[in-house]
Amino acid sequence: MEHLKQLVTEGLDAVAQAADEVALDQVRVQYLGKKGELTQQLKSLGKLSAEERPAAGAKINEAKQKVQDAITVKRTMMAANALSKQLAVESIDVTLAGRGQAIGGLHPVTMTIERIENFFAQIGFSVAQGPEIEDDYHNFEALNIPAHHPARAMHDTFYFGDGTLLRTHTSGVQVRTMEKQQPPIRIICPGRVYRCDSDQTHSPMFHQIEGLLVDDNISFADLKGILHNFLNVFFERDLQVRFRPSYFPFTEPSIEVDIGYQGEDGEQKWLEVLGCGMVHPKVFEHSGIDTEKYTGFAFGMGVERLAMLRYGVKDLRMFFENDLRFLAQFS
Amino acid sequence: MKFSEQWLREWVNPAINSDELVAQITLAGLEVDGVESAAGEFSGVIVGEIVSAEQHPDADKLRVCQVSDGVAETQVVCGAPNARVGIKVAFATVGAILPGNFKIKKAKLRQQESFGMLCSAAELEISDENDGIMELVADAPVGADLREYLNLNDKIIDVDLTPNRGDCLSIAGLAREVGVLNSVDVTTPEYTELAPQVEDVFPVRVNAPEHCPRFLGRVLNNIDITQSSPLWLQEKLRRCDLRSIDPVVDVTNYILLEMGQPMHAYDLDKLSGSIVVRMASQGENLTLLDGQKVELNNETLVIADNEGVLGMAGIMGGADTGVGATTCNVFLEAAFFNPISIAGKARSYGLHTDASHRFERGVDYDLQRKAMDRATMLLQSIVGGEAGPIVEQTSAEHLPSHTKVTLRKARLEALLAYKIGDQQVLDILKRLGLTLASSDDDSWTFTSPSWRFDMAIEADLVEEVARVYGYNNLPSTHPVASMEIPAKSEVERPLSVLRRHMVSCGYQEAITYSMVEPGLLSKFDNQNKPVELVNPISADMAVMRTSLWPGLVKALQHNQNRQQSRVRLFETGQRFIPSDQGLQQQDVFAGLIYGSRHPESWHGKTEQIDYFDAKGDLESLLEISGQNFNFEAAEHVALHPGQSAAINLADEKIGYIGAMHPGLVKDLGLLGPVFMFEVDLASISMGILPAYETLSKFPEMRRDLAIVLDQKISVAMVTNYIESSAGEWLNDVRLFDVYQGQGIENGQKSLALGLTWQHPERTLTDDEVNQWVEQVVEHLSQHAGASLRG
Repeated sequence: MEHLKQLVTEGLDAVAQAADEVALDQVRVQYLGKKGELTQQLKSLGKLSAEERPAAGAKINEAKQKVQDAITVKRTMMAANALSKQLAVESIDVTLAGRGQAIGGLHPVTMTIERIENFFAQIGFSVAQGPEIEDDYHNFEALNIPAHHPARAMHDTFYFGDGTLLRTHTSGVQVRTMEKQQPPIRIICPGRVYRCDSDQTHSPMFHQIEGLLVDDNISFADLKGILHNFLNVFFERDLQVRFRPSYFPFTEPSIEVDIGYQGEDGEQKWLEVLGCGMVHPKVFEHSGIDTEKYTGFAFGMGVERLAMLRYGVKDLRMFFENDLRFLAQFS
Repeated sequence: MKFSEQWLREWVNPAINSDELVAQITLAGLEVDGVESAAGEFSGVIVGEIVSAEQHPDADKLRVCQVSDGVAETQVVCGAPNARVGIKVAFATVGAILPGNFKIKKAKLRQQESFGMLCSAAELEISDENDGIMELVADAPVGADLREYLNLNDKIIDVDLTPNRGDCLSIAGLAREVGVLNSVDVTTPEYTELAPQVEDVFPVRVNAPEHCPRFLGRVLNNIDITQSSPLWLQEKLRRCDLRSIDPVVDVTNYILLEMGQPMHAYDLDKLSGSIVVRMASQGENLTLLDGQKVELNNETLVIADNEGVLGMAGIMGGADTGVGATTCNVFLEAAFFNPISIAGKARSYGLHTDASHRFERGVDYDLQRKAMDRATMLLQSIVGGEAGPIVEQTSAEHLPSHTKVTLRKARLEALLAYKIGDQQVLDILKRLGLTLASSDDDSWTFTSPSWRFDMAIEADLVEEVARVYGYNNLPSTHPVASMEIPAKSEVERPLSVLRRHMVSCGYQEAITYSMVEPGLLSKFDNQNKPVELVNPISADMAVMRTSLWPGLVKALQHNQNRQQSRVRLFETGQRFIPSDQGLQQQDVFAGLIYGSRHPESWHGKTEQIDYFDAKGDLESLLEISGQNFNFEAAEHVALHPGQSAAINLADEKIGYIGAMHPGLVKDLGLLGPVFMFEVDLASISMGILPAYETLSKFPEMRRDLAIVLDQKISVAMVTNYIESSAGEWLNDVRLFDVYQGQGIENGQKSLALGLTWQHPERTLTDDEVNQWVEQVVEHLSQHAGASLRG
């Protein structure tokens, strides 16, 4: 049994000496393998009496276990060391940029239109679209702007020579909707519109978004309420808003809506943001809607203008240059 | 229209200051565009008289003047060429403060003492006149404060009137409006009828009474046109942006401003026979007052005499018969032209005049006689002469009529969601000039005034009441609507989803003009003849796009010119395709990519994109729809013939994708390669409703095939052959390698394909699958000449 003690000491020593997993495994085989030195000790049990055998067996197993435990501890330690070595090697600069496609972005005009559509969708408006090359009837006549009306001068119109034109507003979509649908009508009509005009504040093409609500008992007060509400939501501020009489042939009363702000000189200033009014009875008549039964309001606004105010863009023309340095600011 | 606040206040003078007045009329719908002072801020400037003017001993251009203030004489050195003895001048005395806080002090100019300064109109910011010092009229009271004498404490208010408010294009109209807003009365100058002093008349014939329902003429003999208009008249004109010309023109302009009646004066001695109001003959010529020669068309109403056209009715008179320095006898015209007859006419000749502006919008049709008398009397007070009787041609049937309009009390209240007191409603409408014709418990019926062309229906009156009451004083509520969920198809893919997908793929959304340059467009579409604008804003926006590519390519160019090495853009919008069924306005979705596959980064040199980058992006977009799109090689004028495909959906071509033709890339001076696609939006916006299929519990069987075949045979065809010959339970064909090169004959390619079978209800046997593989191999060999790769 002295020999057993000796073997354990040697075994533990060998475990301690083992430099790597391979060496450690050799130690295991040497001592604990089928032909290992400690395993061999079990064979000597045969020489012992039946009474002595259990105690001697237990001692040998205890010795084996001692070495086995040492190996396990050593192995765990080695694995841990190896892992931490590996981790150290695998350590990277996590601030480096990731791989893959950079994300693009929506055009600020689209962002603005989608926001406005969503506001109105929440209160039951649906989006309506129409043709950009429009006939004279839907762009003018049906909106109470007959051929020689001075208001036509306010719409510098692009013509095609066959009675069609590039729509000067999206109001034609309202007419087309009313022609095929009876109230209640709640629509919002975004889209490209065209005016024969170009400078820093005018583009031959721009975007409008118009809304139309026709139902029983729609009043001027409703129009005021909803637009003030809209402007507050759009600008995310509690705005000062004023309603100023104006003139559009297709609405009566007609209104321009101004928002108030403090000028640099501290004075109260007003900025026009949209036009609106109660739908003119003649427009209803053209579209076959009973003017006694229904009333309604319509409003329209320039999308680029709102986007400029919202995002601080100074030059209208930026919207159509498609300069990536500009567009990327909105992604 | 610009007007003088003082002039307005002569008519109506509410107890509010200028700022309040401006705010008030703006909120009544007469939008004020600007307010300026009639003169700059200055003080200490008086009317002076030059009593002596000597040449400065040491300076050629200076004069040493003695200027009288009525009490004493003061020496002033002046450089103005017109400084001369006897004239009345604007004299800034020592201590005066000129605009810009410029203080006048005692000074010495080349040794000569100077006590003050003689001012030009520009120096006092009265006008831009900077040619020498201001010369006041001979009877200007020496010593008087200039501000008071010229009434310079005045504001010039520029009001931008909407087209329906022609009635406010005069002091009278503005005064009426201000009277209504403040509930104060308006002082109208007294109009008296002028008894003719001579019998002379010049005959008038109106051949087009539907266009000219009323025409008044009057002869005024023996006038002295050398007289100049009085200062007050000149000043009023000036503050309304009109220059003084001669008394006759000044008076007609004055009447235009005061009453809103455009008038015209002819040199009677240049008229022949009679005045004829008629339509022009096609091609008749006229030289206008401003010297412009025009060729008239037969839709233009003209004033003519027996010899020819004298002027364009309601727009501008002619040069030949206008009043000039030698005029002794004049013929005055005051007419009412039908607004529809004048509307748009001036514009069609590129003209816009004070007269056409008013006639288009409607001039008070009961005003002409009053205007004629007032003009005559005013003119006589300046230039004398004897007036003949008024010759009037009126066609009552063609005059507008005073409309009767009924306003229901309940309707007014319902529309405003507010009850305005009956008395207030009546007061507002009465002051606006409506007269109550009848009334009952529920409604009033009014007669509209001759100066309003926008009071024909009930809504017109509702607007007037609301406007005067004040839009901002009316209540504000939220509309109440019936709640109903609108029908919505689940298979529709919203555009917003498609857009966001492209954004995730690294594309930036662009918006390009719908109007494009025809030459550029033809390089991208030689099939469709685009629709052309009659009046394009420029040659590079002359036609409507039939493809979004030219716009995207211009955007690419813009960015390449700004050193962008990587561009990924998409756009959605309409293209305009003429067809036998008429113009198709078709929504499409287009994209363009250029540059490296990934943004430049530390990951190593990124590869240049190729066709499959664009195709992969497009396929992922099409995947949103889930429908079965296929690509087939197809040529397109703008695309590389070997790298272009048509995209089909159920045998219908819905778009193209490919590399931009290298010739075109070079031609446009672009850097390439560039890849583009454009597909019909409606086709990709329609998806399919998911329908569950039972999942098989049985194992898949996979066989890989490597085949060699002619390189021209497309993978799409190979896949079709496989699908048609692999039996019922084939559920996937996957291409995992394409190889050309060593070991493969020239013109051939090798494809490696993985085929998977699965049966829903049982395990497939090797024998079955092997048999299908044999079928596939045979079919491919027969139809595609493919052989198994050895």
